[in-house]
Amino acid sequence: MPMHELSITESILKIALRHAEQAGAKRITRLNLVIGELSGVVGESVQFYWDMIAQDTIAADSELHFEHVPASLRCLSCGHVFPMDGKSYNCPACGGSRVVAAGGDDFRLESIEVEE
Amino acid sequence: MTIQVPVVEQIMSANDQLAAANRARLDEAGVFALNMMASPGAGKTSLITRTVEALKGGLRIGAIDGDIASTIDADRIAALGIPSVQINTGGACHLDAAMLQSALPQLPLKELDLLIIENVGNLICPAAFRLGAHRSVLIASVPEGDDKPYKYPVMYRGVDALVLNKIDVLEAFDFDVDYFRQGVEPLNPGLAFLPLSCKTGEGLEAWLDWLQNEVKAYVSGNSG
Repeated sequence: MPMHELSITESILKIALRHAEQAGAKRITRLNLVIGELSGVVGESVQFYWDMIAQDTIAADSELHFEHVPASLRCLSCGHVFPMDGKSYNCPACGGSRVVAAGGDDFRLESIEVEE
Repeated sequence: MTIQVPVVEQIMSANDQLAAANRARLDEAGVFALNMMASPGAGKTSLITRTVEALKGGLRIGAIDGDIASTIDADRIAALGIPSVQINTGGACHLDAAMLQSALPQLPLKELDLLIIENVGNLICPAAFRLGAHRSVLIASVPEGDDKPYKYPVMYRGVDALVLNKIDVLEAFDFDVDYFRQGVEPLNPGLAFLPLSCKTGEGLEAWLDWLQNEVKAYVSGNSG
């Protein structure tokens, strides 16, 4: 279990509670998170810590929803965008080896669902 | 009634704000900070030792050593006779900006040119936590294997330089440097690649040049 998700999960809780308070909410029922594959964050670990730290707050028993953004590469020769599969980074369309990361860094809290 | 509240907030923003505050504090004192990351055993402390020995005649160097529990690395660095502080993370697998913030006042920042921050040995976690350092470097080592950029792409994303340590054993480990570089380039185009051996000293010169140039560029930029 990567430990860094504990402090990350605490950040999520802090952000969610602040927005819930601003909205005058009584309870947080769901959090919609976006996690890119290159963010280094593991959703399962966040869930594990969430259940521990949220229980004494208005976010107790809330549901975490993760939208995963896969890591992708873009070929500089032909422009083809393809998933990073972890073996070779050569472009499957043209075989080019000059590629750059094109997505997957995201890590944000998109929205929360609350009861007023 | 359930309503949806838009948030759209970066989760690392609290840490990033502290990191920015750290950076401001370093800039005020005019000290260039380098965040050094690696997996355990890659040779962080050896490289720091070599670097300090080579540069301490010309640069005033201080060190911050992040460790989960022991003081072995901190003892090695303190033995170099430079101001140093140990951050014991108490089990956490990375340094974060708050930890650095509490360590900075323990060093005579105004009397330093270069602050070396040794992060916790770990190839996963430190990448997510900015500290406020001016440059970050990842130290990979030959025995880890040439497939690491493919397995741990996140760590190779945000660094400014990549050291490949222990090149004296390239052959024994059947390490393909081209394959390794091919795995890094897309993640971080154009980063400085510095293969070396702390043991034989091969390649150290290029690393020291890179670091000294960065410090020099910083000093002239910061004062001007």
